[in-house]
Amino acid sequence: MPPEPAVIADRYELSVNATMRVVEDAWIGETLLFVLRERLGLPGAKNACEQGECGSCSVLLDGVVVCACLVLAVDAVGSEIQTVEGLSASGDAADIQAALVRGGGVQCGFCTPGFVVAIYDLLRRNPDADEMAVREALSGNLCRCTGYGRILDAVRAVQRARAS
Amino acid sequence: MKGTVLRSGRGTGEQAGSGIATLPGGLGTLPGGLGDSPDRPDGVQKVRGEFAFASDLWMDAMLWGKTLRSPHVAARVRAIDTSRAVAMPGVRAVLTAADVPGRPTFGLEVPDQPVFASDIVRYHGEPVAAVAADHPELARRAALAIEVDYEPMDAQCDPEAALHAPPIHPDGNLFRHLVIRHGDPSARGDVVVEGSYAVGMQDQAFLGPEAGLAVPGDDGGVDLYVATQWLHVDRAQIAASLGLPVERVRLYLAGVGGAFGGREDVSLQIHLCMLALRTGRPVKMVYARDESFFGHVHRHPARLWYRHHASRSGELVKVEARVVVDGGAYLSSSNAVISNAACFAPGPYRVPNALIDGYAVRTNNPPCGAMRGFGAVQVCFGHEAQMDKLAAALGMDPIELRRRNALTRGDRLVTGQVLTGAVPVREVIDAAVAHPLPPVPAPDAPMLARPGGAGATADASHVRRGVGFAVSFKNIAYSEGFDDYSSARLRLEAGLDGEPTATVTVATAEVGQGFVTLAQQIVRDELGVRRVVLAPASTVDVGSAGSSSASRQTWMSGGALQLACAVLRQELFGRAAELWECGSSQCTSTGSSVRRGDTGERLGIAELLARGPLETEQELHHRPTKALDPDGQGDAHLSFMFAAHRAVVDVDAELGLVRVVQMATGQDVGKALHPLQVQGQIEGGIAQGVGLAVMEEIVLTDGRVRNPSFTDYLLPTILDMPDVVASLVEEPEPGAPYGAKGVGEPPAISSGPAVLAAVRAATGLDLCRAPLRPEDICLGGHPA
Ligand code: FES
Ligand code: FES
Repeated sequence: MPPEPAVIADRYELSVNATMRVVEDAWIGETLLFVLRERLGLPGAKNACEQGECGSCSVLLDGVVVCACLVLAVDAVGSEIQTVEGLSASGDAADIQAALVRGGGVQCGFCTPGFVVAIYDLLRRNPDADEMAVREALSGNLCRCTGYGRILDAVRAVQRARAS
Repeated sequence: MKGTVLRSGRGTGEQAGSGIATLPGGLGTLPGGLGDSPDRPDGVQKVRGEFAFASDLWMDAMLWGKTLRSPHVAARVRAIDTSRAVAMPGVRAVLTAADVPGRPTFGLEVPDQPVFASDIVRYHGEPVAAVAADHPELARRAALAIEVDYEPMDAQCDPEAALHAPPIHPDGNLFRHLVIRHGDPSARGDVVVEGSYAVGMQDQAFLGPEAGLAVPGDDGGVDLYVATQWLHVDRAQIAASLGLPVERVRLYLAGVGGAFGGREDVSLQIHLCMLALRTGRPVKMVYARDESFFGHVHRHPARLWYRHHASRSGELVKVEARVVVDGGAYLSSSNAVISNAACFAPGPYRVPNALIDGYAVRTNNPPCGAMRGFGAVQVCFGHEAQMDKLAAALGMDPIELRRRNALTRGDRLVTGQVLTGAVPVREVIDAAVAHPLPPVPAPDAPMLARPGGAGATADASHVRRGVGFAVSFKNIAYSEGFDDYSSARLRLEAGLDGEPTATVTVATAEVGQGFVTLAQQIVRDELGVRRVVLAPASTVDVGSAGSSSASRQTWMSGGALQLACAVLRQELFGRAAELWECGSSQCTSTGSSVRRGDTGERLGIAELLARGPLETEQELHHRPTKALDPDGQGDAHLSFMFAAHRAVVDVDAELGLVRVVQMATGQDVGKALHPLQVQGQIEGGIAQGVGLAVMEEIVLTDGRVRNPSFTDYLLPTILDMPDVVASLVEEPEPGAPYGAKGVGEPPAISSGPAVLAAVRAATGLDLCRAPLRPEDICLGGHPA
């Protein structure tokens, strides 16, 4: 049996989408994913596996894509966290989001926020990624609905539009 | 009949390697109508992370629920002591079988499954108790603090043995034995081939875990927000177990993160409502991935034996088959699964004589039920391997053998049913074969493109290419006399800005398939109204839609909505006729107005709505089907969908690694109402077929689930997914709304068998089990 009662952190602050957010009376073992979704009202990052296998919880931590389910929230103190909500508000991923909708890359949509974050990160690092590089970069994001064809097509569409 | 125009995803230009062929042009004239590919209405919310899935729901002061599940495959429950859990601060309720207020069991067809195990557990992961607590971690710990005294029992995990073993449930071990006797069972062919095959247990693995939020109502009832495939059938089961009238159990569809059959059965619904009613507080429950593997039914594993007889010229003379599907501990939809497996056991071929024995059996394995293509998927691995064997024995081209025996309109199935609809079997075969084969990879192709991919293990000189082919068919909607229907409510009114606005209220579960898009297209086309709003799906405002399964919603809910449109159109004509003082038979609709035939006058829909809103609710029942008689004969099915798949694989036979390079397909769709969504169904279904062929299996050891995680249960990633080239064969289906057939299931049926055939072709091995495991290949085949 785990020890009881759980250790409660009295107060910490997270910088999420360029805003300082206070977390109070939280159990110390909560993941960043849980805190974003359940305490900060940011359910955009999804919870498909909570073991680092699916990428649905992808967020940017100091500009690097991480699985929010594998990061303890208290370990993210002092880092800059960007979620899909932040990318939506800033418009930085607007063309990716539009291409996914228009190109049929969204079905149930559960994987979609994770893909938006992963594609945003990939095209920022490697705008001209060829097909294999795109596939490799997105291979940590599972989708059970689309078979990936329309997602891949949306990435190509964004690459073409940005290049022209 | 078959289009040849290559088109890509709308507005995204040309594509490398992927494409879809279809007839150009839509059915209607309004942009965003049928035949066009408008954006899905929930798309923007979904890409922005703003769409509320069931696991995103949240309420002030809500509690968290957690289920305790059996660690045993079979055991007697001697005692349950909840006192330690109850005493934990922050724990608000601990419930067991003793707390179920109404019927202690539930089930889709027959309530044979306990809400909580009381005296006996029959599978690994069966629910025993549930907890509500202030925090999910606390709920988890409280569940662990419940002490259950189990006495393990012998488990019956082999379906063949279970047939003759003592019953593990009061209802016995045989769910259903279905015999199909057709023609002359003593007929013999010149050439006879025989084989045994096996299919493993696949998981739907929808990404959105089971989740819901139950809120106690002021009337002693409960409101449940939940991800499901069929709100009304859930409601009936929940109400029975809660001991409440159905009106006091209100279900609302929460965002569904995929389903594929796995949400057709009740999972957490009853537990959640019981916890909310007991605590008087909202309770949220979200399964973690491991619990999701235990919490829903899976695809039935199957064992197949076949003997095919043919004439020397390659005409099928007789098919004999024995199909055994493992239903696991409880019934779920096993009866329908074995019916499909038996009815479609010969594949889409003309078979004058048949003797088919289908068994669905209860075991102590996890319960199995609906998954995309059910019944048809399993037998396809058998009948298609047999067709290849037969072609080899005859010295005939396997595709030519299939073409020669392909069903056509007017033929009889082995159930005696005469095919009266569109039966383009030869057409789907020809369409799949017509796609060019992919180039053989250059020796310097990237490692990732080889079998084993990122593992960087395959030596290019060991890689062999193979091509395989498979054809399949399956029924649409419910069969065997089930009164299958859907309801649609439609309201037409002038919006605040005067613009006509249609509100569609259906209980149809949008699980990702895009019914929401189709509903808008239908109303745009039928009524010329551009602004179409979808009200939330619930049991409160509208009748049942039936399940989002069996590829039926386009036909059933689409058809119900079409009816509702027709009724409101008549009412618009009535209003116009009154104003014009003419008969309403004079009125026709032209785009967004009504035209008077004799004078050519027009009245806009907006003007007609100025007199107030119009509203109707309509139900569509499909043509009745019949039960099968004791010989398995009868018009049991409404309609059929056909598809053909050609797989190209690269195999490293030394390491047993397979890479699926390309999947070409021809699919019978009747009419493509949203070509881009059809393409999405085809690609997504193929991914699941490929998964079943080469990687996906719930591994059981004596009934114990060994791999309940995405670490150990492998799903195809974007690196595993082959290029898909698809042709849609459009031959309108008589009697189907807009001539459209369902499209969701066929891509998942013959795609996997085509992969197995391709690997057999590449290796020369007699591979007869799906999924293929590396050892099956490098150790030279595996007995079924
Ligand atoms: S939820 Fe984090 S990787 Fe799956
Ligand atoms: S769209 Fe459903 S998981 Fe990707």
